[in-house]
Amino acid sequence: MASTAPPASATRTVLTTEARLFAREPAALFWVMVSPTLLLVVLGLIPSFREPSADLAGRRVIDLYVPVAVLFALIMAGLNAMPPVLSGYRERGILRRMSATPVRPATLLTAQLVLHAAAALVSSLLVIAVGRTAFGVALPGNLPGHLLALLLAVAGALALGAAVCAVARTQKAATAVGTAVFFPTMFTAGVWVPVQAMPGTLRRIVEFTPFGAASRALDETARGGWPSLLALGVMALWAVVLTGTAIRRFRWE
Amino acid sequence: MPMIEVQDLRKAYGARRAVDGVTFSVEEGEIFGILGPNGAGKTTTVECVAGLRAPDTGRIRVAGLDPVADHDRVTRLLGVQLQRSELQARLTVREALDLYASFYEHPADHRALAGRLGLDAHLDVQFAKLSGGQKQRLFIALALIGDPRAVILDELTTGLDPRARRDTWTLVEDVRASGVTVLLVTHVMEEAQRLCDRIAVIDRGRVTALDTPAGLIDRTTTARTISFAADTPLDRADLDALPGTTAVTARDGRTVVTGTDATVDAFVRLLARRAVTARGLRITDTTLDDAYLDLTS
Repeated sequence: MASTAPPASATRTVLTTEARLFAREPAALFWVMVSPTLLLVVLGLIPSFREPSADLAGRRVIDLYVPVAVLFALIMAGLNAMPPVLSGYRERGILRRMSATPVRPATLLTAQLVLHAAAALVSSLLVIAVGRTAFGVALPGNLPGHLLALLLAVAGALALGAAVCAVARTQKAATAVGTAVFFPTMFTAGVWVPVQAMPGTLRRIVEFTPFGAASRALDETARGGWPSLLALGVMALWAVVLTGTAIRRFRWE
Repeated sequence: MPMIEVQDLRKAYGARRAVDGVTFSVEEGEIFGILGPNGAGKTTTVECVAGLRAPDTGRIRVAGLDPVADHDRVTRLLGVQLQRSELQARLTVREALDLYASFYEHPADHRALAGRLGLDAHLDVQFAKLSGGQKQRLFIALALIGDPRAVILDELTTGLDPRARRDTWTLVEDVRASGVTVLLVTHVMEEAQRLCDRIAVIDRGRVTALDTPAGLIDRTTTARTISFAADTPLDRADLDALPGTTAVTARDGRTVVTGTDATVDAFVRLLARRAVTARGLRITDTTLDDAYLDLTS
């Protein structure tokens, strides 16, 4: 009897095909790969942001904005770029067409998650590299800890985007819900005011949100320490809850 | 063993019974048509056959396999072209063929397939930039790319111009000639009459007739229609007396006699006997259209 598993090459072909399609979307490429670094460069051109500040315990504004720009990249990938793609695939029957082949449409969704995760990570590296070379921002003091916090933050951002697709039934709704969620996440990631510069009470509240917790963990590890268990726990919990929501609520058509 | 067997299929969406007891079977090598008005349950029926929807009750077999329980194996035997389903907008024809070919262990030669479907010149065109006919041909190629034993073609020629439509029909005949069983969903009479060996007419979720196209036409009450200008000097009584006449009516300045072949023969003899010329004479066969209107409400 013939095996019932599709050829192993199918998963690879889906991934390479989706990667090519991703590279054909200039707007998504700009927002995910370029705009976070651009944000950092624009802020870095403001002279006072390159001066040590007494309010920030001797750190510079630009130092705080490297993790912010990293989180901005994750938000752009997970919440801005990915939901319209996934819900469009559902709405236009692309997932349904694929269910009529030996390959499950989940393969396509997985490829999208992998690609957006990879794009977010590459964009993060670009931010850190430009921060280091252009503005002398020190590389993360605790590299393994920083990487752990970054990976958890990526998982949270993609889970949030996937949950948006699951809750919103149409591409229009996904874009609308995505935009509505976008501003609170930008705020809690510290894009307007870095989390570390927020007043105490607000800061403690924000650190219970996925990106607020990520900001704390990235900052702690950038300064050479280990991320606090509370921050990691909050991030992990959000990732699990949002992934669960996405899986439970997702409709294939 | 029939290639496709559907027995007493029922599927409801909430309170609406989309399919309400449909039974038919498709023999190997046949082009079997499912004909019916919009919303009659045609698409739901074939989606159940493809295993994309689970029936509420009833039994479906594709080459002896249950499309839901044995979904993976059925997808290897059954190619589909679905209504309202698209591809990634920026995917080129070549990439689409490569992608779908990678899904199957023994795909058809997709370069040859592209040639056969006239897609050779469009291999580097992105899906969103293809014309309706090119998209439809690409979907047929994707339905055939797994080298299936049967294909479902749902509303194949919707939105195509007359030439593209005829080319597509020739293509379906080629597909069958290569040994593939075809389950064709349509609401285009001409298409059903031209292509199908047998047709199931579905209306409101039920099969109202299942026969060859000729058989369906024969079932209708009127087989022939004779019409001519109303000022032709013929007596109404003579027309009523023609053998097999079922009705004589006046419509738009024309007299219309409906009847059978015998009516036509006797009518021609009547003209000769009276030495009358019937101006604008037209004799028409009942078409599948008339049969269809008879069979659906």
